[in-house]
Amino acid sequence: MNAQTPTPQAESRQAEARQAETRQAKTPAGMPAITYNFAYLDEQTKRMIRRAILKAIAIPGYQVPFASREMPMPYGWGTGGVQVTAAILGPDDVLKVIDQGSDDTTNAVAIRGFFETTAGVATTTRTQDATIIQTRHRIPEGALQAGQVLVYQVPIPEPLRFLEPRETETRKLHGLADYGLMHVKLYEDIARHGHIATTYAYPVEVAGRYVMDPSPIPKFDNPKMDDSPALQLFGAGREKRIYAIPPHTKVVPLDFEDHPFRVQHFAKPCALCGAHGVYLDEVILDDRGGRMFVCSDTDYCNTRQAEGHTGEMSAPAPEAAE
Amino acid sequence: MYVAVKGGETAIRNAHALLAETRRGDPAVPEIGIDQIAGQLTLAVDRVMSEGSLYDRPLAALAIKQARGDLIEAIFLVRAFRTTLPRFGYCLPVDTARMRVERRISATYKDMPGGQVLGPTFDYTHRLLDPSLAGGGAAPAEPARAPLPDDAGAGIAAMPRVTDILDGEGLIEPAPASGEDPRDLTREPLSFPADRPLRLQNLARGDEGFLLALGYSTQRGYARTHPFVGEVRFGEVEVELFVEELGFAVPLGAVSVTECQMVNQFKGSAEVPPQFTRGYGFAFGQSERKAMSMALVDRALRFAELGEEKSAPAQDEEFVLSHSDNVQATGFVEHLKLPHYVDFQAELELVRRMRAEHGDALPQTTQEAAE
Amino acid sequence: MPALALGFADPVRDSQAAFKALMWAMAQPGDVVPLDTRLAPPAPLTPEMAASALALIDYETPVWLDPALAAAPETADFLRFHTGAPLTGDPAAARFALVADPAALPAFDSFAQGEPDYPDRSTTLILAVERFDAAPLVLEGPGIKGWRGFGAHPLPADFAARLAANRALFPLGLDLILTAPGAVAALPRSVRLQDEG
Repeated sequence: MNAQTPTPQAESRQAEARQAETRQAKTPAGMPAITYNFAYLDEQTKRMIRRAILKAIAIPGYQVPFASREMPMPYGWGTGGVQVTAAILGPDDVLKVIDQGSDDTTNAVAIRGFFETTAGVATTTRTQDATIIQTRHRIPEGALQAGQVLVYQVPIPEPLRFLEPRETETRKLHGLADYGLMHVKLYEDIARHGHIATTYAYPVEVAGRYVMDPSPIPKFDNPKMDDSPALQLFGAGREKRIYAIPPHTKVVPLDFEDHPFRVQHFAKPCALCGAHGVYLDEVILDDRGGRMFVCSDTDYCNTRQAEGHTGEMSAPAPEAAE
Repeated sequence: MYVAVKGGETAIRNAHALLAETRRGDPAVPEIGIDQIAGQLTLAVDRVMSEGSLYDRPLAALAIKQARGDLIEAIFLVRAFRTTLPRFGYCLPVDTARMRVERRISATYKDMPGGQVLGPTFDYTHRLLDPSLAGGGAAPAEPARAPLPDDAGAGIAAMPRVTDILDGEGLIEPAPASGEDPRDLTREPLSFPADRPLRLQNLARGDEGFLLALGYSTQRGYARTHPFVGEVRFGEVEVELFVEELGFAVPLGAVSVTECQMVNQFKGSAEVPPQFTRGYGFAFGQSERKAMSMALVDRALRFAELGEEKSAPAQDEEFVLSHSDNVQATGFVEHLKLPHYVDFQAELELVRRMRAEHGDALPQTTQEAAE
Repeated sequence: MPALALGFADPVRDSQAAFKALMWAMAQPGDVVPLDTRLAPPAPLTPEMAASALALIDYETPVWLDPALAAAPETADFLRFHTGAPLTGDPAAARFALVADPAALPAFDSFAQGEPDYPDRSTTLILAVERFDAAPLVLEGPGIKGWRGFGAHPLPADFAARLAANRALFPLGLDLILTAPGAVAALPRSVRLQDEG
């Protein structure tokens, strides 16, 4: 049944030939020749990451240490996600990269370009056409499908890090499933503010065992992690951790009976496509308090606009319908 | 009508073009050559090789040029390149006793076999800006050079390590030996507690400024270790690889390194008699500040095995080792420049709501719904 | 001595293809994922077991061979040459265990179960079975929507009890990769057996 298992295809040979050309970087006299591997990483590094991915999938929500390599983009800019993507990516994959929900943000553009150059893979901005989606800070609005992989870039994988900075301690707490600290922290919020004051990177419990940092997605996106048909992989390069949520896994935000988990709800729809129930970016229009709210997921918004949906700041109807 | 901001790709291309132009500077001024950087900015090259964990002068010089002189950026370039290199194996430990010494000083003995060799050093210079360098004036005077011992065996006899001299008297702890091969920090993630080989690997590629500050803090009383510079030596050592098929070691070449052996006073503990203890520093090229700072921090991190109290940041293994790497640190600090507007939006909403609850009559743009 | 059988014709692509099948098998326990290999390893190594091994093992991963594989020296030569993996006689020291005779599968507790702080440090078993079918096990857990029927032959008679005991150790425990002609499936430690009735 599996649509992801690649079958050998002749095109891949061409892709590799192209690849070989791009790999041969220009080298001025006196410099050693510099060549790069498919998807940058050497095969041993990929195997090491792949082993970590399998263990991560087998122990949902547990952070598997891996020997993260130095990548040609800075730590904190997606090196974990990039290494995970590089380890799973094949020539038949179609890659989408988003940052803040958008395909056009600078870092998304840079990472997409990196894989176009080093792996020669097809890329897309359309969520439904992608086999692998690498993301920073958002989960796409549209439902993901079976067979898709969502790769999260993670800055701080340890949900307990800001309660206990020591790895030696947090590791013990996870081992004992002792998450009292986290509940105390959330409850202190309630005592002080009347509600939980965590709005992003909101901790979740995965498959009834590990408490996990969902990466800094807004808590609005947390419900999308639960029972998702897609495979969710998380890569933290600087902190050298990989973790995973298999498809159709129970993912529950931590909360209290008298203070159930709630997501943000925007009072107005998207000003460009009129969508309700989506996460919106606030755009400042002038220095007199003028602002509007538009979809953070640009592919979702563009698709709706192409279908003729409009919002209060849309172009006149005839143009939008074209 | 509102048009969403687009054109990330074009903007990035333009930014890169601007970067290239800025890097080049005034085209009327001759472009700096890799050989000039490698030959004249040698200490910058040494630092990039050390913290980049790759001994290659031309590549380090290229990285410095490409990085516009930003050494951490250059270190980063070298590290990213290093990732792509195949690994043939591990060389044998280099023997610094057989170093072809260019500089060797000890603060613990006025004289000793081999003597003090000052070599090329800023020490004792008056830090006065020298206008004659600005004009590209005459070539510097030819310095006198002592003949170097030309064979390695003579080198040992001529210039033994100060710690070996102390060791001969039993006054310093034996060099801590471990029966097993050290683990490789670049091949497996650091886990705690880390043993000394792992700590030394971490410190060797650690940021010079970070180690300098930590080492300095131990001198000011935050985990005082009573250090003496037993010896700092700088010169070339042979690198050899044992080849299984041949059954013997083959020389791969020579690298220029700095080694610092710090000798620390130690009162003794319940198990250990009073003796001197060791702190060790090592770096590629001439990197004395780095090697000395590393030796101070290494010694501070050994508090537990020597039965000392833990009281200061320089002794805190997790703190030191987790924050020493400048490539990691700069990436994470600078990533704050990346867009965070999704999270900021969530925080905006929370602050507005909390202010509203606080009694302010701010307009509420969002509210929370039970999921 | 016979010539050494070839490894992956195209290491980059073939490893990725094999890994991808294994990844989806692990992510969807009990799901039978096609795996097309072009390998002809020495028996009793099967093409699918060899592909799984070449995709996952190397000099960093000690490997244990079951008696059936250990009895055929060409097998060890093949693995050593193509992967560089150290072979170990101690199943508890192995990151991977290759089992060509799954009916004689050693007790699970002879392998590494992981540690409470590092449950990932456990052995992954790679078994060669003759075939899969959709009975008699009914699986539940992460990666499974509702339930999924699974069976493979041959397996030890007490296999269901072993799986249940393995799940009871969670988050410790073994992860199993099962290979059969043209396909792979996996039973990670997270998988639960549905109560009968």
